Amino acid sequence: MTGGLIETVDLKKSYGQVEVLKGVTTSVMRGEVVVVIGPSGGGKSTLLRCLNRMTEPTSGDVYFEGIRVTDPKTDINKIRAEIGMVFQSFNLFMHLTVERNITLALTKVKGLSEVEAKTKAAEVLSRVGLQDKAKSYPGHLSGGQQQRCAIARAVAMNPKLIMFDEPTSALDPELIGEVLDVMKSLAVGGMTMIVVTHEMGFAREVSDRVIFIDQGIILEEGTPEEIFANPKHDRTRTFLRRMLKE
Amino acid sequence: MANFIFGIDFSPITNHLDLFLNAAILTIVISFLAIGLGFALGVPLGLARISKWKIVKWPATLYVDVIRGTPLLVQLFIIYFGLPFIGLTLTPVVSATLAVGLHSSAYQAEILRGGIQSIPKGQTEAARATGMTHLQAMRYVILPQSLRLVIPPMTNEFIIVIKDSSLAYAIGVVELTKLGYQLNGDYFEPFLIFVFVALVYLIITFSTSTVMKQVERKFRIPGYGVHE
Repeated sequence: MTGGLIETVDLKKSYGQVEVLKGVTTSVMRGEVVVVIGPSGGGKSTLLRCLNRMTEPTSGDVYFEGIRVTDPKTDINKIRAEIGMVFQSFNLFMHLTVERNITLALTKVKGLSEVEAKTKAAEVLSRVGLQDKAKSYPGHLSGGQQQRCAIARAVAMNPKLIMFDEPTSALDPELIGEVLDVMKSLAVGGMTMIVVTHEMGFAREVSDRVIFIDQGIILEEGTPEEIFANPKHDRTRTFLRRMLKE
Repeated sequence: MANFIFGIDFSPITNHLDLFLNAAILTIVISFLAIGLGFALGVPLGLARISKWKIVKWPATLYVDVIRGTPLLVQLFIIYFGLPFIGLTLTPVVSATLAVGLHSSAYQAEILRGGIQSIPKGQTEAARATGMTHLQAMRYVILPQSLRLVIPPMTNEFIIVIKDSSLAYAIGVVELTKLGYQLNGDYFEPFLIFVFVALVYLIITFSTSTVMKQVERKFRIPGYGVHE
């Protein structure tokens, strides 16, 4: 127990015979921006998904504000309402307007009135530059706009932490910037964030800490300066060389 | 009334338009009650089919397999002729509605199950990640999309129900098919009479599919799917 906002203790996840997470112990402090990098299939997304139990860990524990998330008696929905999640494929509710995408959980989970929820939606939509799109449907938005809407949906819940699972991987290159800008402004605003990404520029500029995950373990972690300028492990070095060449 | 057109005597039909009207109404009433019954049972059955609880899933699967795997006519006979032997006597119209409705419920359940399962997993995940319960995610995110998606196959099913209602003739319900059968007995004009009966079915089924097309258009998700 280190007093972090969210902590994992020896977290493991197996799919059949394949062990994807082989015991991850780490913690994220309030206000910290942590970027998780590493090769595909190394367990980055699985780690993220275990934190709010979208994926059930095989063993080990997750604590959120000291509450054991992995305790079957814990009301997981209450925990999830405090942890925003942004997905690679946006996952906006296709049958609902941008505004309703945001107000749905506000009214059904947080119990806000329609009016309160709409006020909140307008506020977060202007923060991500989509104030004109409230009445649009996701199908009419570009990928970048959809992802900004998804971020607005997460932010509207006033979460204590937002997790980003490769938020720009499904975007056309020219649309990545607008999404990263929104994420940067969140980070500057003091939001606690865990970001799985291949955007090394974002990791270097915005993060407080970089975690390198490979083959189901945290191989090394440190400040972006430490990781990018002076990686300790060969595998980290090889990975970074390959990523930065692109 | 001019009963001769192009030298054909239409009197077997024109003399009995009132009977045709009554029979058509009966066909429509049986069909639409059966569609409603099929839907009312089909939705919970479809949900049960994909439940993670075996105690719910297993009976629903058995029901669908049995109903879908046996002929409607035999089911109709079991209900109308068989049930009285265990103390439940139903009128022919009620028996027909029940048989066609139960039969359709199995098909509607499968259509809905397909509709639910074809919604990308990310939709449920996004809903659950905000703290919605499984039930809330179903109700506000998955079902509204699934129900839109199943409108075309449901239209198909509704049309099948309308045509299946003709089997009620076998237990003496004077709906369209039975009326045609009776009138043919009086006039022996099978071509004329049954073509006309078919035409009336066509009017009913075509109207149904036209209305369903409007429903589909009304609930189309803007910017989603192949229609633009």
